[in-house]
Amino acid sequence: METYKLTVNGQPREVTVDPGTPLLWVLREELKMTGTKYGCGIAACGACTVHLGGVATRSCVVPVSLVGSRPVLTIEAMAEDPVGRAVQDAWVSHDVVQCGYCQSGQIMSAVALLKSTPKPTDVNIEESMGGNLCRCGTYVRIREAIKAASQQLK
Amino acid sequence: MRVALKTDNDLHLNRRSFLRVSAAAAGGLLVSLYLDLPAAAQEGNQAPPPKVYPPDAFVHVRPDGKIVIQVNRLEFGQGVHTSLPMILADEMDADWSQVIAELAPAADVYKDPVFGFQVVGGSGSIAHSFQQYRELGARTRAMLVAAAADQWKVGPDQCRTEASVVHGPGGKSAKYAELAEDAAKQPVPARVQLKDPSQFRLVGKRVRRLDSRPKCDGSLKFGLDLDLPGMKTAVVAHPPVFGGRVKSLDDKAARSVEGVREVFEIPLVKGTGVAVVADKFWTAKQARDRLKIEWDLSAVEHADSGQLSAKYKELARTPGNVAVNRGDQNAMDAIAAANRMVVEYEFPYLAHVPMEPLNTTIRFDGDRAEAWAGSQFQTFDQMAIAEVLGLKAEQVTFHTEMAGGGFGRRAVADSHVQREAAMIAKRLRGTPVKLVWTREDDVQGGYYRPMHVHRVEIGIGQDGMPAAWRHVIVGQSIIMSTPFAAMLVKNGVDESAVEGTADTHYNIPNFHVSAHHPTVNVPVLWWRSVGHTHNAFVMETLIDELATRAKADPIVYRRKLLKADAGKLHRALDLMDEKSAPWRTKLPKGHALGISCHQSFGTGVACAVDVSVEDKRPKIHRVTIALDPGIAVNPLTIESQFQAGVAFGVTQLMAKGAITLKDGRVEQRNFDGFTPPYIIDAPVAVDVHIVPNSEAPSGCGEPPVPVISPAVVNALAKLTGKRYRSLPLTAV
Repeated sequence: METYKLTVNGQPREVTVDPGTPLLWVLREELKMTGTKYGCGIAACGACTVHLGGVATRSCVVPVSLVGSRPVLTIEAMAEDPVGRAVQDAWVSHDVVQCGYCQSGQIMSAVALLKSTPKPTDVNIEESMGGNLCRCGTYVRIREAIKAASQQLK
Repeated sequence: MRVALKTDNDLHLNRRSFLRVSAAAAGGLLVSLYLDLPAAAQEGNQAPPPKVYPPDAFVHVRPDGKIVIQVNRLEFGQGVHTSLPMILADEMDADWSQVIAELAPAADVYKDPVFGFQVVGGSGSIAHSFQQYRELGARTRAMLVAAAADQWKVGPDQCRTEASVVHGPGGKSAKYAELAEDAAKQPVPARVQLKDPSQFRLVGKRVRRLDSRPKCDGSLKFGLDLDLPGMKTAVVAHPPVFGGRVKSLDDKAARSVEGVREVFEIPLVKGTGVAVVADKFWTAKQARDRLKIEWDLSAVEHADSGQLSAKYKELARTPGNVAVNRGDQNAMDAIAAANRMVVEYEFPYLAHVPMEPLNTTIRFDGDRAEAWAGSQFQTFDQMAIAEVLGLKAEQVTFHTEMAGGGFGRRAVADSHVQREAAMIAKRLRGTPVKLVWTREDDVQGGYYRPMHVHRVEIGIGQDGMPAAWRHVIVGQSIIMSTPFAAMLVKNGVDESAVEGTADTHYNIPNFHVSAHHPTVNVPVLWWRSVGHTHNAFVMETLIDELATRAKADPIVYRRKLLKADAGKLHRALDLMDEKSAPWRTKLPKGHALGISCHQSFGTGVACAVDVSVEDKRPKIHRVTIALDPGIAVNPLTIESQFQAGVAFGVTQLMAKGAITLKDGRVEQRNFDGFTPPYIIDAPVAVDVHIVPNSEAPSGCGEPPVPVISPAVVNALAKLTGKRYRSLPLTAV
């Protein structure tokens, strides 16, 4: 067990865990932030996507020991983020969600996309959202909502 | 618009259902509906034993004006958490902005009024509870009106209702919340007037989901997110071949992981496994990885996909148990060989892989237990937990948790996940334990859509239409080992294996369908749209092939071949024809059109797809779908279900869309080996059109799935000249 100092959603946090513990499980089980989801554990579904140092990252394969000083942003902070809020609002107004389990990860990927590419094309969307699985299959509405959020942020 | 509802909208409280009303402990009015009680109990007018809120209430009009509506189903994406409350709130004239929906726990009152147990299945949530929720709403409204009429000394017919307010003569008005306690003292009306559909305020409108915001900000708690004081997490090591048993266990390394509490062998539904209980999930998983288990796999069949394929193809050459025998069995013999075709289809095992891995939390307190699970089968899961713990079902409080998808995977008649969880909770009496199946457990854990082989011989008449049809279907029965066998297995034929073929709406005069159901040591299960997944693929690709052979337009050919009384399919086909015409007739070079239509769960669906080949894969540029579901309770939800449901249906076409077994072991482990569609694989645009129809609603959860894969390969056939009869689509 080791103690790590993290910055999560702007707050300093301290956890004492095995160094190999993935950031996902630190968030979910140590910090009780369950908005970030477990879907596969091998970075194949994107349900666990967070922003690590501003980059969309699969938290299920990042050991806490490698987080270092990079700030961690999760879905729980998105309502306070201008781009995050716009994406969430677009998701709600477009009735994107079905079961909703993958949508934290979808939204984190969409926010990262819009922060780097404010006017994404379909190809940009397919590239940035390409690793986020939705078993319900809400992809058509995800596309529409990203474009709507982009318009809103103009 | 078509004709109005045929009923007189004037309903009696019948023997099978009656209402009970009470003042709520927290104030307000509670309305409950009891179903399926013994007739004797009702004839004597004996009330059932009183239950405590919330399990016995459907509607709670709270003093603060909020109206809490219990949803008698699991919400796992399909939208009933919004659409069932819409139905009730509409008849009640409740203020929709004040409605709160809750998922009901397991209880008799929440059983499906048609199936008789609590379930999400058969696309029946709206179809079976539409009338039920209308009556509940209408009766609640009538009692609120009666309370107001009494206060004002006027007749109830002088009052009208809107947005949770009763309006009376002379400008009098009272809010539902103010009337609730008086309303609770009113007798339950024996007869109640339902609205004429033209008066609906919510039903038929595009109403947004109630659960969107908490699903977008991370605050919604799924079953896996549950956190109880003192809770432990468990994982189970399962045998590498189904039914295997632990021969020897060395758990020293596992126990040395800090935070591990217990390691012990447990019986499984088939075979045995080893449970690891720890403070945290990650700890439990690390410890499980360190278990040294020697398995006894000698007594169980080692299924092998290659061998099964050969065996199934051999079986398909002989007639099976007869599902349909219509017309002249020997009609085929009179048709010249040049006008006959024989084809063989093969379908793999498919995993459901819902996004939220399977889980169940149980706390066993000796004389009672509490369970939390996203379950499609609350009644069976509650009974299974009770059985393992030596309790009666009513001693197990079973909470329905929001679930991250399911597609059939959370409706398992043997309740194997809940049994495992109960076995573990039994050992840790007093401690809540959350059992988590990892994604690997899920992909390798069985309960798949069964593998199937179809062999079809078709004799084509002079008019280019099928004149004789012999169809043999080979695949494990899903139903035979379940409590539904008596109902759904007839003459040795599992109806869920032949649905979509045996009950085809095409007019084929000499039609013979039979089935073989071999026993294989691989657990199988219904996978969203069940038998229609493979039967629609076979039927709709063959009909398309026949149309091509007859040099006929695929829509015109289908229309001609469909029975005259297949009204929903005709109307869906006509609407799809109209809506796709603008793009269908001017496709870019390298693109092709694919058509299919299929009716399942009472809903007729037709679709047109625009497909090209990119990187040796089908690229689905556009889908136009038309459907006839009777009354469309929430057209927005239906549009979403169909847009997304066709993406789900693409699972069948994925290059890695198969579960295979070698020497009894599943060859895929996770999404890298069994890969469902990502955004790049799904249709880019889907437009959905609903046929206006005021008949009672039919299901919309499963019917999107069957149509997409045949439509896509019908388009591919035009682009490549090949016919695709073996799934998954490993090469285009």
